Amino acid sequence: MKNIRNFCIIAHIDHGKSTLADRLLDATQTVTKRESQAQLLDNMDLERERGITIKSHAIQMDYTAPDGEQYILNLIDTPGHVDFSYEVSRSIAACEGALLIVDAAQSIQAQTISNLYLALENDLEIIPVLNKVDLPSANPEEVTDDIVDLLGCDPSEVIPASAKTGLGIQDILDAIIERVPAPVGDPDEPLQALVFDSQYNQFRGVETIFRVINGSIKKGQHIKFVATGESYYADEIGTLKLNQVPKKEIKAGDVGYLITGIKEAKEVKVGDTITDHAKPTTNPIGGFEDVKPMVFAGIYPVDTEDYEDLRSSMEKLQLNDASLVFQAESSAALGFGFRCGFLGMLHLEIIQERLEREFDMTVITTVPNVSYHAYTHKNPDEILIVNNPSDLPEPSSLNRVEEPYIKATIITKSDFVGNVMSLCIEKRGVVTNQTYLTTERVEMTFDMPLAEIVFDFYDRLKTVSKGYASFDYAPLGMRESKLVRVDILLNAQTVDALSALIHFDNAYTIGKKMVEKLRELIPRQQFDIPVQAAIGAKIIARETIKALRKDVTAKCYGGDISRKRKLLEKQKKGKKRMRQVGNVEIPQQAFMAVLKLND
Amino acid sequence: MSGIYIHIPFCKQACHYCDFHFSTNLKYKKDIIDAICDELRFRESEFKNTTVQTIYLGGGTPSVLEVAEVEKIIQTVFDVYTVSSNPEITLEANPDDLTKEKIVAFSNTRINRLSIGVQSFFEEDLKLMNRAHNAVEAHECIEFAVPYFPNISIDLIYGIPGMSEARWRENLHKAIDLKVPHISSYALTVEDNTALKSFIEKGMIENVDDEVAQEHFQILLDVMQLHGFENYEFSNFSKPGFFSQNNTAYWTGKSYIGIGPSAHSFDGKKRGWNINNNVKYLKAIQAGELPMEIEELTVVDRYNEYIMTGLRTIYGVSLHKIETDFGPNFKEYLLKQAAEYLKDHLLYIDGDTLLVTRKGKFLSDGIASALFMVNLS
Ligand SMILES: Nc1nc2c(ncn2[C@@H]2O[C@H](COP(=O)(O)OP(=O)(O)OP(=O)(O)O)[C@@H](O)[C@H]2O)c(=O)[nH]1
Ligand code: SF4
Ligand SMILES: [Mg+2]
Repeated sequence: MKNIRNFCIIAHIDHGKSTLADRLLDATQTVTKRESQAQLLDNMDLERERGITIKSHAIQMDYTAPDGEQYILNLIDTPGHVDFSYEVSRSIAACEGALLIVDAAQSIQAQTISNLYLALENDLEIIPVLNKVDLPSANPEEVTDDIVDLLGCDPSEVIPASAKTGLGIQDILDAIIERVPAPVGDPDEPLQALVFDSQYNQFRGVETIFRVINGSIKKGQHIKFVATGESYYADEIGTLKLNQVPKKEIKAGDVGYLITGIKEAKEVKVGDTITDHAKPTTNPIGGFEDVKPMVFAGIYPVDTEDYEDLRSSMEKLQLNDASLVFQAESSAALGFGFRCGFLGMLHLEIIQERLEREFDMTVITTVPNVSYHAYTHKNPDEILIVNNPSDLPEPSSLNRVEEPYIKATIITKSDFVGNVMSLCIEKRGVVTNQTYLTTERVEMTFDMPLAEIVFDFYDRLKTVSKGYASFDYAPLGMRESKLVRVDILLNAQTVDALSALIHFDNAYTIGKKMVEKLRELIPRQQFDIPVQAAIGAKIIARETIKALRKDVTAKCYGGDISRKRKLLEKQKKGKKRMRQVGNVEIPQQAFMAVLKLND
Repeated sequence: MSGIYIHIPFCKQACHYCDFHFSTNLKYKKDIIDAICDELRFRESEFKNTTVQTIYLGGGTPSVLEVAEVEKIIQTVFDVYTVSSNPEITLEANPDDLTKEKIVAFSNTRINRLSIGVQSFFEEDLKLMNRAHNAVEAHECIEFAVPYFPNISIDLIYGIPGMSEARWRENLHKAIDLKVPHISSYALTVEDNTALKSFIEKGMIENVDDEVAQEHFQILLDVMQLHGFENYEFSNFSKPGFFSQNNTAYWTGKSYIGIGPSAHSFDGKKRGWNINNNVKYLKAIQAGELPMEIEELTVVDRYNEYIMTGLRTIYGVSLHKIETDFGPNFKEYLLKQAAEYLKDHLLYIDGDTLLVTRKGKFLSDGIASALFMVNLS
């Protein structure tokens, strides 16, 4: 055990975690030249395309130190995006150390700090790495000072590196061996292993990823999951190299995977403790808090007939992504669909994309919202959870509404403090703190309604700060708020899927922008279509989509036929992505349009 | 029965709205004609078992050629292919080329149909579109030509910025008074990469207005009907017996070969396009190669094309043909898709034939698209 090192790589988004992992895999010859590719651990299509990590990924390396000593290094690459911070906290629980990567050009950012705190809470040994020193815009001296200030460490502890050129990789390996403590644990005690991840394999069912704390797990062993109370046989256990390597036994301190033939992802609870069925541990591990969805939206099939297919696709997706929650609902406009809970807007986007890509399901996502608490006059102390604007009681029976607030942390350059401040105030934020991290860089904290983050906050923040702002948030609890439901009427019919809960003070402006946006997005049809925004019976904004008068090209001779056919085919494809509500056809993207009112 | 289309890629000057392939540089005129004749010879085998019923010289502006050059091309067709005994041989011509002498000379060739690019009888319209002719030429060339060519078609454009309804009516009446038996009439369309588009974007010319175009189209339908013209294709109107045989072949899926730069060919299953660059075309032909790109049509492509072209013509879409050529599932699909348009009186069924109503005509592309079969990925 003294030759095992378990560590994760944590950082702000894009600071180079996955690329640094590549270098470590190269240096330890875990992957061959032929297998090697950029951000190798980002193996989902979506991860590769978007260039971001979505899921944590564990891999084991065999390493021979310069002194000839053999080590097992278990590395976990983690995502940097705030939506997936729960992935980071799970990974951290399986490690004794963390490489904290800081981009030498961007310095410390919001998730650098939040992920660092997660690691410190778990008593991890932090190895600060100053990455991307090869960049012309790198600022190694200053950023090293920033890191020293943040960690209270010695400047000599910060390792300058480049995941691109390979500079500093040996120093990092040395530091892992010297500074990360070897796991402690008793191989002779009853089995006690922490489930810190799981993944779904179409052919093999659920693969449970665990870290053995005490005792050991053997192939074929009769085991038990403490929290769920279920028992299984360990059909296959092994270690995670680039491919899975089956083993007979995994001992205390080490990381591995387990296959038991479990088909339902729900049966495996990340954070659970695996123990021996006959000789269970008396000491289950703490476990994790359930991940709570932050954003809700309806997902509906474009074609109503696809409802059952959508259900089975969502169920399969959930096997892979336990953070996705959903429940059947129906909408007057859209028919049957699901109310889904997401970790954030990126998560929502990814789910929608995966449904389309992996399951060939074209879906409509309705206006996202957060989860509100409503109280009626009749039962003023009874919480009514509102995850869908149409569930908000009528204004006359409504006593009060509470909405979730967050503590938002934004790090930006001093030049943009004013801009960021105005944006946050516009978004109903209240400044609670402002600290100069350096003369150049400022950390601001706000109390803000979570709902405002959903509505085009990231894009706006990026714009007002010219890209020099990073953002992190943590829930603060519910606060009373003056909210109204803004309904949208198309052709005088309310389309419930377009309703949104909005703070009273912004309702008129947002209502106006919504109808303008919809006028742009809804294609002209054979008749005039009035688009209205209303609060209750009161119309607050109106636009008209003029009827289509001409939808034919004059010429259609030999040379035009093919080109024209393709054009009309494209038009038809676009139409297939539209949803008919009453006699109006609404394109898929119109439902999300309210999120991009300022484009 | 098959057709031959020959593209003459030259014009005197560029009309502002035009996105056809042509060059105003006549340097390669002679070479191109030789190449066209060569291409006719190369492709002999394509029409081994069929008779040529129509020959169409389009462009560009074929009337910029010398009469002898035109004759040379037509002669080559006759030399290489089997031509029927009463072929339709059309020459596209612009008024400024059609002097009395040239008309007489063309009438002494095998050409038996003229398609004249009049576009408008009004100076303002012609100027705005940068046509090479003036209003007087527009009028006179028809007067000259009618005695020599009983089969004449003229092009007229409506929906031109600034064109009043009265002026549009007057255009139509001039054509009727001149006893033209066939009119092709188009809404002015703003194509990408045209001068017109850039002038509109810069605010120098008012944009075209769909509302106005739609009004003009209704006038067109009324006036043409009143004077005994049949609207046999969306943009084409003809006295009985004067349908363009060449164009009808495009809309009814007949095979044809296209010769010359940018010309297109169709053999019932494959479409081909010649390269739309005069010099590259020349080089290829001179090297003994056919600079053609080919696209093979799937059953679904052919179904879609049939719907698209069928709905534009008086022949409509034959449900029987859909069933026999494509299969019963296509017919079922088509009727299902058509239901809402039938209900809204944009489509109707006459016996076995699906057709657009008068109300549906100006929306017929959108309707065709809705009847298409596509898969989403
Ligand atoms: N110049 C330079 N670029 C680097 C270096 N390390 C990473 N990059 C680039 O930075 C970008 C982000 O790298 P990733 O490794 O995907 O970053 P990450 O931290 O894993 O990102 P997330 O997982 O999405 O949080 C990529 O374009 C890398 O090529 C470095 O040392 N030098
Ligand atoms: S004459 Fe015909 S082909 Fe030539 S530019 Fe004008 S419209 Fe185009
Ligand atoms: Mg990554």
